[in-house]
Amino acid sequence: MAEEVKAHITGVVFQITTKAGDPVAEGDPVIVLESMKMEIPVEAPRAGVLKEITVAEGQTVQEGDTVAILE
Amino acid sequence: MIASVLVANRGEIARRIIRACRSLGVRAIAVYSEADRDSPHVGDADDAVLIGLAPARESYLSVERIVEAARTSGAEAVHPGYGFLSENWRFARACEDAGLVFVGPPWRVIQEMGDKVQARRSMAGAGMPVVPGSEGVVEDLAAARDVAARIGYPIILKAAAGGGGIGMARVAQEAGLAAAFATAQRRSQSAFGSAALFMERFLVAPRHVEVQVLGDLHGNMIHLHERECSIQRRHQKLIEEAPAPNLSAGFKQRLAATAVAGARAVGYVNAGTVEFIVQGEEFYFLEMNTRLQVEHPVTEEVTGVDLVQAQLRIADGEPLAWRQNDIALRGASIECRIYAEDEAKSFLPSPGRISRLVIPAGPGIRVECGVAEGIEVSVHYDPLLAKLVATAETRDEAIRRMTGALDGFVIEGVKTVIPFHRRVMGHEAFRAGAVDTQMAEQGAFNG
Repeated sequence: MAEEVKAHITGVVFQITTKAGDPVAEGDPVIVLESMKMEIPVEAPRAGVLKEITVAEGQTVQEGDTVAILE
Repeated sequence: MIASVLVANRGEIARRIIRACRSLGVRAIAVYSEADRDSPHVGDADDAVLIGLAPARESYLSVERIVEAARTSGAEAVHPGYGFLSENWRFARACEDAGLVFVGPPWRVIQEMGDKVQARRSMAGAGMPVVPGSEGVVEDLAAARDVAARIGYPIILKAAAGGGGIGMARVAQEAGLAAAFATAQRRSQSAFGSAALFMERFLVAPRHVEVQVLGDLHGNMIHLHERECSIQRRHQKLIEEAPAPNLSAGFKQRLAATAVAGARAVGYVNAGTVEFIVQGEEFYFLEMNTRLQVEHPVTEEVTGVDLVQAQLRIADGEPLAWRQNDIALRGASIECRIYAEDEAKSFLPSPGRISRLVIPAGPGIRVECGVAEGIEVSVHYDPLLAKLVATAETRDEAIRRMTGALDGFVIEGVKTVIPFHRRVMGHEAFRAGAVDTQMAEQGAFNG
């Protein structure tokens, strides 16, 4: 079952720490957002394999936006 | 007097500096990024220069663009405020090279104090106590193990080029050292362009107390007493007050005298702050901030000295208007920093549009506010929206005034830390002045 990984805050994509095909455990950082001078990881909601990273470094994302697809 | 000042900052501190310029009859020139076109500081100034795009490195952190803005606008001096380029010695030097007066210390002093290892060495040389730690930069993990074995766990790793709590890592025991060392190196490299780390013993439940100093170009140096700044999250301050509660007069005198001696030893000029870690009646040098502090208003309230005006006069070459004995303390003053953060979710940032803003007022209430209704609080900058300062004859009365003002402070559209501040003001430990730097993160004030 594919599941969307969503940003829990508004920010700018600071770093993409994973790539498509990577296995992740629940709580692993998928990307890192920068917001108001803080680095905030967006974590995998469950264990799985990343199907796609849907954002690019430097891109602004709103709270609730999809940043990756997990399957 | 200097005829015009470029204010190289934004938000509440830009407005504060512009106000000081106005009161001295000095023309104030603001700078702003694309994101700040409608910001209040732009409207406050006599003139304003667009310096670039929203990301800070393309505007407020660009030495070239700010020096260019000063040149094109005919500014004679540059006030850096705090944050951004305020502690960047290359910026101070670029101002000097461009024939501009930098409102702050000489660039060599900024460089020396900005290198945290060098600062520690210089201050220790001036007779200041420092926390037991590495002599200098810790080159690798093996060296870190040796130092830790000598000073004992827990230890804290710090970025040599750093500040503001960034790149710090606490290590409870040897098992965690390798991972923490690697993480701290990476963070330091990405934030400061240098992976150099140093180590100190991690003190349990200390207080953060700092001393405001003012020095002029003629060799005069005074202090404006201390501030207590222990209520912090992520090593950044949330609440500050002056004077510091529960410290003996003798202790505070020693602290202030040590700060003045240290500032003199490094040839300090203009407003600066010597930060100390205090445990019981022992104190250790933490760092020196070579700029105006966020929390300067509490010192202004209890001493009656306008620090920003003093900075401009010092930069203009005037001798200090006070001798040490002229600086008297009156009453107690507390500042609450109003951040756009969700305090219920570990202080996560909360950017967004301010849909409603009601600013409290009343006797002893001062608000330094950088935003207005309808303003977008951007992801690109620090989340500080405003500072609420309450002053009264006694600390208890200042807490009462603060409590009332917090109740009257309405900010809608973004989450703020106001609920946190309300709980702190009502908390027994805070009311007793029994504070330390770790209690906020340990959840002492959770709702």
